[in-house]
Amino acid sequence: MTFMHLGKDFTPPDVEGKVTGDAKYVEDFQPEGLVYARLLTSPLPSGSIRSIDVSAALRMDGVLGVITADDLPPSTAPANPMLASSDISYVGQPILAVAAISDAIAENALDAVHVEYEYRAFVTDPLESLTEGGPNAYPDGNVLQQTNTLEDENATIRGGFGTIKWPASEIERLRNGEEPQNVDFADGWTYGELDAAFAESDIIVEESFVTAGTPHHCMEPRSAMANWENGKCYFYASTQSQSAVDEGLASMLGIEPENLCIISEYTGGGFGSKGSSYPIMGVCGHFARLLNRPLQLRITREEEYYIGVGRPGMQGWVKTGVRTDGTVAAIDVIIISDGGPTGRNSASSSAQHLSVVYTPSAMRLRNIPVFTNTAPRGAQRGPGQNEMSAAIAPIMDKSARQLGMDRAEFRKINAPHSESPVYETQGPLTSAFLAEAIDMASAMFNWTERESQTRSRNGNKVRGLGIGLGYHSAGGSGYDGLVRIDPTGKIFLHSGVGNLGTYSYADTTRAAAEVLQCNWDNCEILRGNTEQHLPHSSVQGGSNTIFTHTRTSWVAAEDAVNKLKEIAAMEFGGSVADYSIADERVFRTDDSTKGMSYGQAATKAVELGGKYNGEEYPDDIHPITQRAVQGLAGSGLIGVAKDNLPKRGIAPGLTVGMTEIEIDLETGKFEVLDYVAVSDCGTVIHPQGLSQQINGGAVWGIGMAATERHVYDPQNGLPANIGFYQAKLPTFLDVPATMQNAGVDIADPYNPAGGRGVGEPSQGCAVAALTSAISDALDGHLFNRVPVTADMIVNYSAENEQEAKMLALNTF
Amino acid sequence: MSLQLTRRRFIKGVIFSSAAVASGAGVYLASAQSRPNTVVERLLSLNINGRSRLVDVAPTETLAFTLRNKLGLTGLKVACNRGECGACTVLLDDVANYSCSVLTHTVKQYDINTVEGLRAADGTLSAVQQGFIEELSPQCGFCTPGQVMSATALLRANPSPTREEARQALAGNLCRCGAYDHYLNGVMRASELLS
Repeated sequence: MTFMHLGKDFTPPDVEGKVTGDAKYVEDFQPEGLVYARLLTSPLPSGSIRSIDVSAALRMDGVLGVITADDLPPSTAPANPMLASSDISYVGQPILAVAAISDAIAENALDAVHVEYEYRAFVTDPLESLTEGGPNAYPDGNVLQQTNTLEDENATIRGGFGTIKWPASEIERLRNGEEPQNVDFADGWTYGELDAAFAESDIIVEESFVTAGTPHHCMEPRSAMANWENGKCYFYASTQSQSAVDEGLASMLGIEPENLCIISEYTGGGFGSKGSSYPIMGVCGHFARLLNRPLQLRITREEEYYIGVGRPGMQGWVKTGVRTDGTVAAIDVIIISDGGPTGRNSASSSAQHLSVVYTPSAMRLRNIPVFTNTAPRGAQRGPGQNEMSAAIAPIMDKSARQLGMDRAEFRKINAPHSESPVYETQGPLTSAFLAEAIDMASAMFNWTERESQTRSRNGNKVRGLGIGLGYHSAGGSGYDGLVRIDPTGKIFLHSGVGNLGTYSYADTTRAAAEVLQCNWDNCEILRGNTEQHLPHSSVQGGSNTIFTHTRTSWVAAEDAVNKLKEIAAMEFGGSVADYSIADERVFRTDDSTKGMSYGQAATKAVELGGKYNGEEYPDDIHPITQRAVQGLAGSGLIGVAKDNLPKRGIAPGLTVGMTEIEIDLETGKFEVLDYVAVSDCGTVIHPQGLSQQINGGAVWGIGMAATERHVYDPQNGLPANIGFYQAKLPTFLDVPATMQNAGVDIADPYNPAGGRGVGEPSQGCAVAALTSAISDALDGHLFNRVPVTADMIVNYSAENEQEAKMLALNTF
Repeated sequence: MSLQLTRRRFIKGVIFSSAAVASGAGVYLASAQSRPNTVVERLLSLNINGRSRLVDVAPTETLAFTLRNKLGLTGLKVACNRGECGACTVLLDDVANYSCSVLTHTVKQYDINTVEGLRAADGTLSAVQQGFIEELSPQCGFCTPGQVMSATALLRANPSPTREEARQALAGNLCRCGAYDHYLNGVMRASELLS
């Protein structure tokens, strides 16, 4: 299909503000009377609060008040409370906040607060807690017994405490790459005949693996500002979503959603960590209400590392069975997740990654989310899928090598196609063209020829080639779209999607412009403020926006077009079927002189009322959208609809990455010489935006492969990475100056715009390509750990023992 | 004097500012908050974006704080507040500096340029700003003002850099979105626009 707008580059309206400094993030709002709050956080990883004395702080000039857990609704562990009431479960846990007339006074006042703590044993490594006699992160248990099913990755995991312990002998078996015997698990799933599938396998590989937890490093810390006016809260948020935060935050503040206005025009990065309402938002809102002043709760960089949540680490074991023809028969996987203090884990999505990209005939997952006294965990770009892609890539390479099969060909044979069953349910995909993506990437990279060449060695430098696959579910349905044409003919595209910088909020509204066949310059996107009357939208995350919200924009615009035609038919006779649109006019198809402009039709809609001007609306739209339409009623022609378009199963985002690296065996550093990625993203909606996501994901992949990890001092449980340079995200000099990317550009049949998102798999394929390349450069050696740090490579090349114990997590 | 900030210079600045006994206009007792026994110069005249701005500055105040909180120039961002990330980059006599790590009292003699000062009087965007838009360089945008200023410093010194020179010049500016290659595209585009 040839589109007017989709598939073409454009200038998203928010980009100019970013380069001029006009773009306003939370701390840039400084209203008259603003007061500043700062957090007092826990210095210990585990324990309890005996007493808090804030009297000296309150006596200080300029201090306005203190908020503690006593001022907030109660919370029960292991839920992450807004402020700790008695139990402390991680370093940096917020205990109270002090407000003052300046940020400096608030910070100084924290020194005057006296807290008495009771220390408790702590644990930072899940396997230590899982070992009989090992410490527990909480007095009540060491394992999350999850009680809810997550509707999406940003949903809060709920559950209670359980206790699971394994004999030391079985922990050792796991560390040695063997399957532990006769031990308990908390959860899991299975499909197919696992034993039979292994029996028909010719190549069986068993390995243990460990992937580090990683901070999000959002450039904008999660500061918040709240102001109450007549019982209504105006909340300035750093969030990945407008409407997806609405109900959660309102509930936290104990108000109805209609009394909450969220302002979030720009957000300085979220990557999963700002997908839903988070606890510190509640502290800000409650404190502003207590003081009856506009209040900014400033979060420092250090605190962002404490409370900004991170990716859970994994310790695991995997057994793969491959037939002689290269098809994967079976995968059996055990995942011990580092759930931090909240038990957040991504074990199931890790295993689902395997089920999608290698399509095994049978599969089993057994997992345990173990609590540790480390940073709270949350969704992070490709949660589960990306760390699994990193771990599994060299292991699958080992099978391919044993078969004597080209590694790209091996992946292509197993790649899902549009009829492949996936996940534990063995349900369908909307479509998949990963094999086509592998072919494109192979051609761009010249894979076959380069793979067949002997690896060059230049002194201490060795080269390796790698291939990786990334996957993430990339699309939802059931959200609402909203467009409005005012009597001047101006078209307003309302979006409740957040603005993280992917530009998908704008990309997706262009689907409405496509349906309306209108001039883009005549469109204005309304977003970023509840009072702009925004529809119920998904979170901007989970790679889902492109698919989900091109659909909502599409159906809303179709509703508007239908109303335009109905109004024209009232004027000029005939039925809707007799009318066409073009050049922002609706006219009789057989006589284009009989028609009216969009503005004239909108004027008529205002006169007609009812469904035409928003006084009435469909029954099935969400209450958030209902309120938005109520706010717009009478102001023009309203197009509003819930996305009830058909959708079959999972909409996959799939990518393949290929890389060549050069490792310096003396320093352990590797350089990425070349990187190519191709995504199966359906129709390319916005080429520059796609390139940004693929290349940005590659930078993330480099960080995950080489440097980023949580590290804790084993003696005191203190985090070692509380700054950018410690944690450590890639810089300009850690990544190639140029990377190549492309999209397969085959439409997904379940999206009228054809697109699917790829923000997350673009990291997964990169990190997998790198772990694959590292192994390739080192004659197939498996570290079975990410990140592969320089010291690991030096130790390997010097034939030294690795410093970290097998499967050790959260340590060097 | 080199404008490249060093930790030594920063510390020296702190000591100097705290101990300084000023004379002339703008002499205040330091606030009760810090309670030093000395009298320090507080009212500074700063050259910012081609204008002279009179501003009350505490001795320990960073340039980032003064610009954002006293003068409302919120374009620069404070992402780390300790000289790691470059989101607060401004130009001091056309040299890129981390404003979070510069004491305001040490920059009285310099021309200070912030991202707000790059537009021409008629509103025309600078070449770097235009290049960044055309190449869709920013993602979330939080690091962008800093990237813009580092790229501006580079192009003022070297209007035709190689891509590798641009990469080195911007290496002190972190971007978590990983938009590095798009920023380099933007710098190279800006260089073309200038020529």
